[in-house]
Amino acid sequence: MVSLSPLDKKLFRDLWRLRGQVIAIALVIGSGVATLVMSLSTVEALQQTTQAYYQRYHFADVFAYATRAPERLNKSLSNIPGVQTVQTRITEYVTVDIEGFEEPVIGQVMSIPESNQPLLNKLVLRKGRWVTPERSDEIIISEPFAEAHNIELNDAIEIIMDGNKRRFHVVGFALSPEFIYAIGPGALMPDDKRFGVMWLSREVMEAAFDLDSSFNAVALKLMVNARLPEVLAQIDTILEPYGGISAIGRKDQISNWFVMNEIEQQKTMATILPGIFIIVSVFLTNMVLSRLIATERTEIGLLKAFGYSSMQLVWQYTKMVMLICLIGLIVGSLLGTLFGRLNSEMYATMFRFPLFIYRPGITSFAVSGIISTVAVLIGALSAVRKAAILPPAEAMTPPSPPVYKHSLKFNSHFSRWLDQPTRIALRQIGRWPVRSFFTSFGIALSAGLIIMNVQWTDSLDHLGNVYFYEAQRQDIMVGVPNPVSMRAIHDFENLPGVMHAEPMRFISADFKVGSITHRGAISAIEANSTLQPIYDDANRKIMQVPESGLMMSTRLAEKLGVDVGDSIWVETLEGKRKTFSLPVSGVFETFIGLPVFMDIHVLNRLMGESPSFGYANLLVDPAAMNQTFTALKETPKITAVMLRESALNAFKTIVVEHLMVFITMFVTLAGILAFGVVYNSTRIALSERARELATLRVLGFSKGEISYVLLGEVMFLVVFGLPLGCLCGWLLVLSMANAFDTEMFRIPLVIEASTYGLAALLVIVAATLSAAIVRRRVDKLDLIKVLKTRE
Amino acid sequence: MFSNTPTANQAEQIASPTLSAKQLIKTYITGDVEVHALRGVDFELFPNEMAVLLGASGSGKSTLLNILGGLDLPTSGEVFYGSQNLSNASDSELTKFRRDHVGFVFQFYNLIPSLTAYENVALVTEIAPNPIKPEEALELVKLGDRIHHFPSQLSGGEQQRVAIARAIAKQPDILLCDEPTGALDKQTGILVLEAIENINRELGTSTAVITHNTVVGGMADRIIQISDGLISNVTINQKRQPASELVW
Repeated sequence: MVSLSPLDKKLFRDLWRLRGQVIAIALVIGSGVATLVMSLSTVEALQQTTQAYYQRYHFADVFAYATRAPERLNKSLSNIPGVQTVQTRITEYVTVDIEGFEEPVIGQVMSIPESNQPLLNKLVLRKGRWVTPERSDEIIISEPFAEAHNIELNDAIEIIMDGNKRRFHVVGFALSPEFIYAIGPGALMPDDKRFGVMWLSREVMEAAFDLDSSFNAVALKLMVNARLPEVLAQIDTILEPYGGISAIGRKDQISNWFVMNEIEQQKTMATILPGIFIIVSVFLTNMVLSRLIATERTEIGLLKAFGYSSMQLVWQYTKMVMLICLIGLIVGSLLGTLFGRLNSEMYATMFRFPLFIYRPGITSFAVSGIISTVAVLIGALSAVRKAAILPPAEAMTPPSPPVYKHSLKFNSHFSRWLDQPTRIALRQIGRWPVRSFFTSFGIALSAGLIIMNVQWTDSLDHLGNVYFYEAQRQDIMVGVPNPVSMRAIHDFENLPGVMHAEPMRFISADFKVGSITHRGAISAIEANSTLQPIYDDANRKIMQVPESGLMMSTRLAEKLGVDVGDSIWVETLEGKRKTFSLPVSGVFETFIGLPVFMDIHVLNRLMGESPSFGYANLLVDPAAMNQTFTALKETPKITAVMLRESALNAFKTIVVEHLMVFITMFVTLAGILAFGVVYNSTRIALSERARELATLRVLGFSKGEISYVLLGEVMFLVVFGLPLGCLCGWLLVLSMANAFDTEMFRIPLVIEASTYGLAALLVIVAATLSAAIVRRRVDKLDLIKVLKTRE
Repeated sequence: MFSNTPTANQAEQIASPTLSAKQLIKTYITGDVEVHALRGVDFELFPNEMAVLLGASGSGKSTLLNILGGLDLPTSGEVFYGSQNLSNASDSELTKFRRDHVGFVFQFYNLIPSLTAYENVALVTEIAPNPIKPEEALELVKLGDRIHHFPSQLSGGEQQRVAIARAIAKQPDILLCDEPTGALDKQTGILVLEAIENINRELGTSTAVITHNTVVGGMADRIIQISDGLISNVTINQKRQPASELVW
């Protein structure tokens, strides 16, 4: 049996005596560790899961599209150096008629070999079976789409393919690694009700779209040592005569791009938030430990007098800190694993991963452990040093009474109105301004954290309102597979319920300036368009469509390093692949994407095409909305329908609901932080001032009154900390907005007054709670014992 | 039983002691040990009287003082302030009793370090029903010139005199002093005792002083010796010795 040294026994007894504070510090450390473990393990889980998913289902490395390429090109593509596997296929957008669902639904049909899985992008057959070769009316549909519409196996669905309505029987539900993030054409968010992926046998597709022995899409797997840019270039050369649209690597594949973007965001989270928790735990440890050591002067002196060395004492307190840290690490790791699992599972559900790996590696914990231990030890350093350098004789005499001075404010007229207890509380703050500031600062950081997390909904509400209500005014956006003559806009205007229609075109293009290239798209509209104008999201105003040049988002202009007046080289990636140079006529702020606008007529001319458009924005009489839907369902050759209202709903559901879980977790942790800071300062103040408070009790002050002396100080610090917290919150939001400034999103800095209010309220609740716990101790103050002991 | 009757010159007040205690027993249980701090003490304190409680460390004198001052409750027995029974009073009743009627002076002064001398006294006058002005109280202990000093700027004797001023500013009916000179050197101690003597004479406050220093007994009307939780002897001084003449 191992016997503990007396010092170790003292250590454990001290920890037990100080258990309230030990737990409070450990909780703060734990919160930091929890955020770190959560973010790191989520990143890990997402990476491992997508990796495993991609690998098991042979997700392709390269994707390319054409209008009609002969199947024999398969061989040329296979011969490109570095290419391992080639899978040609046919894919088209179609309109789907779901019984009982008024709105038009867009489907993306994809060909699959009739008797076996494709070589690449294999399907995860969740239910049912593969299509039968001899039957031409069997279809496999995506599982989320089936669930959104309550479609059962063997149900029939009707699809308008190339102008003909056809009826198919659902034989299977599937998922695919290329549609983790299934996003409809022109949509911003996945919407399983209005967009679904479906798979038909290659034979059926060839027949339906008149593509005998041809393909219009191809997926390729590369060898490990393949050089991507060269492969892409060669594919483009091969497909160009067949209406090829520039090939893309996996990184630009839309579903993968969204998934990787989420992982990136998690990484950003993993740096900023835990950092704040760790900073707070550093100063908390410092505060608690230095005050603890101050109260242990006599014991330290005694130990030194017995012959314990300074190093032994340093080690003694270092051990104490490390034990507290260890508790924090354990709590934080457990909490972080729990939150990480919840968070990852939420992603897994959202992305519908058929497999899910949550096996946080040792790295997350090791990183969190090392960072927090080192940080906390740094926090403890000065306090421990103070204990070590105390000369034994001095340590054994009690410290002289703290020196208070008259400060100017107490000599003013104002001071006459202060009663003595308030004076005690205020002088206490004035006497230890640094300590008080840190307490206020800790409170401020917690408030700031709450603000930062809660304001996400403010920003996103604002973003949603600007983007979906102000910038877009059409009710429906309809797409056609191939550009149609400008006159066709009247056909849309003549649809029942449609009050106004405006043409629009999107052309994929590379924008080049010097060595910088950006792959994006040109949005082309007519001058005076009102339904989807060029809208400056930050200044909230409509911009003029330039007569000849480009209007681009500020963020893209920054990326390309251009100013108004500079010229940009544009290489279109569709049709005749025209290239031209255009000046930047103006820039405007946007929250989403990197749009580039120009006049549709100018674009058509530059493309060498007759006046035509690919999309129509429709303003619909709300009362006649259903008639419009019915008409659209019957209209052949519609490839995209976007409803503004449902796009907004999808945005709200996905972004906001997902965030709520996240926000709740962080707000909980920030609440713990506020509690930890207030509890620790109050608890230490109580042990330092027990004698003073007992004296007041003896002098005839009631429990409530002496609580005011103690808690009044905290109250003032909270009152001071809250405005500081609003400032902290604002700065944190600013830094977060900068950290999340991606090509996809720019988060507007919006903080509603209610957010500040909520943060203040939560901090006050946390502070009140910890004050209530300390108050119970004040009530139990043993007057006689406290008065007897010499401090 | 020893006589606990007052001196002849205070015979007119026999009928109404300020404080009276009957058969006080106080037992503390610390861990497995039962400590019998008081084992049946009868005690009365009269208006204008100066009583000195003498006893060795652990004799039970502080326990008695704490119970008399409403800081603690007896295990059995009764304490009366006038007709008010303190032995079954609630916490808030005891608080009110201390606030309105009792002045305390401690061995270690127990001043609030963040308040000046004046403010330490004002602390009490703000909540007492019938106080004198803080500056007057400080004049009484001859500290009129140091009223805006903080405790850290005062000597031990000065701090103790502030504590006395704080105790008497409410014009208490009872002044209880627990080893008021215990932490002071002899000369300073005498200054402090003079201040207590002054208050007793000028305001007529019933005063009880705890000490282990027998010499201090000289300034009392009555010396009550306590040992082992019982009153072992009561001596009545026919003539009180002025504090300034005490020698030890």
